[in-house]
Amino acid sequence: MRGDTDFAVQVKGVTKVFGTGAQAFRAVDEVSIDIQQNEFLTLLGPSGCGKTTLLRMIAGFEHPTAGQILLDGAEISHLPPYQRPVNTVFQSYALFPHMTVAQNIAFGLEMLGKPAGEVRQTVDAMLTLVRMAELRDRRTDQISGGQQQRVALARALAPHPKVLLLDEPLSALDYKLRKDMQIELKRLQSETGITFVFVTHDQEEALTMSNRVAVMNQGKILQLGTPRDIYDHPAERFVADFIGDTNFLNAQVVNSAGGKVTLKLTAGEEVTADLPGGVAPPVAGDSVTAVVRWEHAKLTAQGAGQLSGTLANVVYVGTDTHYYVELSDGTTFVSRIQNSRDDELTFSEGMPVGVSIESNGVQVVRN
Amino acid sequence: MTGFTGIAVLCFLVLYAPLVPLVVYSFNHGSSLAIWEGLSLRWYYSAWENELVQEATIRSLVLAISAAVISTAVATMAALGTTRTSPYKGLTLVYALINQPLMVPEIVTAVALLIVFAVIRAATDYHGMAYLILAHTAFCIPFAYLPIRARLEGMDLTLETAAADLYATPLKAFKRVTLPLLWPGILAGFMLAFVISLDDVVITELVKSAGQDTLPTYMLGQLRRVITPEVNAISTVLLAISVVVVTIFFFLNKEKR
Repeated sequence: MRGDTDFAVQVKGVTKVFGTGAQAFRAVDEVSIDIQQNEFLTLLGPSGCGKTTLLRMIAGFEHPTAGQILLDGAEISHLPPYQRPVNTVFQSYALFPHMTVAQNIAFGLEMLGKPAGEVRQTVDAMLTLVRMAELRDRRTDQISGGQQQRVALARALAPHPKVLLLDEPLSALDYKLRKDMQIELKRLQSETGITFVFVTHDQEEALTMSNRVAVMNQGKILQLGTPRDIYDHPAERFVADFIGDTNFLNAQVVNSAGGKVTLKLTAGEEVTADLPGGVAPPVAGDSVTAVVRWEHAKLTAQGAGQLSGTLANVVYVGTDTHYYVELSDGTTFVSRIQNSRDDELTFSEGMPVGVSIESNGVQVVRN
Repeated sequence: MTGFTGIAVLCFLVLYAPLVPLVVYSFNHGSSLAIWEGLSLRWYYSAWENELVQEATIRSLVLAISAAVISTAVATMAALGTTRTSPYKGLTLVYALINQPLMVPEIVTAVALLIVFAVIRAATDYHGMAYLILAHTAFCIPFAYLPIRARLEGMDLTLETAAADLYATPLKAFKRVTLPLLWPGILAGFMLAFVISLDDVVITELVKSAGQDTLPTYMLGQLRRVITPEVNAISTVLLAISVVVVTIFFFLNKEKR
């Protein structure tokens, strides 16, 4: 029976346990996610969070302990990888060392039994798509890391899979090349119209390339949303901490109404905070954690602003300056200010200062 | 470090110096192993003309090639079975069993085979080459197995995963990816097995039927009677073959993985 084919991939209550008994490890814990057609979806999380295991289950390299995986509405959980119209770009690229660039790209098409003429045409088209036409007869150990990356992409895209899985493919490249490849990947995704599922631990990659990001930790998806959602409205302490630079403040709820909460900050005054979707509204008297992004607060004179403390450290990082303020309750609060030409340094280390948080700059997260 | 260099030089001297007179006197014109009577290829010619040597050579080659082919095929399967399966209970025991010929003293194996084959000979009245081929195959297996397994273990498993991801069935993945990458290991295993079979004496001597001399057992027989430089000439040729084969083995093993 075919289900809802608006979705390229549907993961339904999937659990993966490695090992048995006392050594059993729940790599993926009852994860459900619907991946839309033509979507660029990123699974983001620290190493060991289960993102790669989830990807490998979609590819067929691992089989779920429980739950189902559907591709275009059809159940594929127990098909071997060679029967799934899904291809993978591996972290190590895994190019076949005994074949040329063109032979690598042709491999999947040949295994599918495509006629020779079609194979040649597709290989040529792929070489052009990834701008590697002149290197078609090179051996894979005679080309650079960035070029190997392109061949791996072309090889995985050549059979025109329903879904392309990418397992941290940019982690072996240097910074400049990684930046270029981020844009290149976006281009390839829109030109081919193939659904991309991308795994990374790099928040910047996740935010720049994705339509949606699923943040994972300890085998679970903590939050799923657009990069802007995830960045502006983290629902969990972990998400706020993992993505972006964030201050965590202890606070007590004064009152709560209609998505807004009034908080009394332990180290400061009363502020109004946002309540992101998915966070249960707290009641007056509750202790909660409030988050403020580094860039959403700036220094003011002592007495002004919602917080006060002592300026402990000033760190110049080129585009910005980071001000480390020790608050009255002992926690450290960081404010990031963009540098400009006509800045004059008005704050120096050891000075008592106030901190002014932008309106809408505070919000409550789940602990 | 001079002390160590000295020890190293001494070791090489002990290993290789005795070979020098053997090779030199194979070119002696006279029939003495101690008195040099001038340079000549006389004994090479004499060995070449000797029908017994011819027969023994052909038998040695047939035996070595058969044993190397069969043991390499078996060793390849054994190596796949011990590296490309998820670890199972008794895997260490399997390693030990495969490498058994390296641990059991050769003379013990030889005596055991002598007894078993004597029973089979009496029962079947078969006196052909199969006994020797079986015996040689058995002790060649670990020598073929070790380089093949080393190659498989050094191979990136992701390559086989990638082949499966690109629609290759397990059989096609093996033919198109694993086997081509394994090939240098298989050749190396074959050559090692070939050389080991070629110079075996102990097992051959006890297992062979009447009139089944191989080159080494023929030479042993000669040494018991009268020693002529003909034996030196045959030894030198065997030495040359071994050096060539082992050199090829070395380069195969060195080839980039």
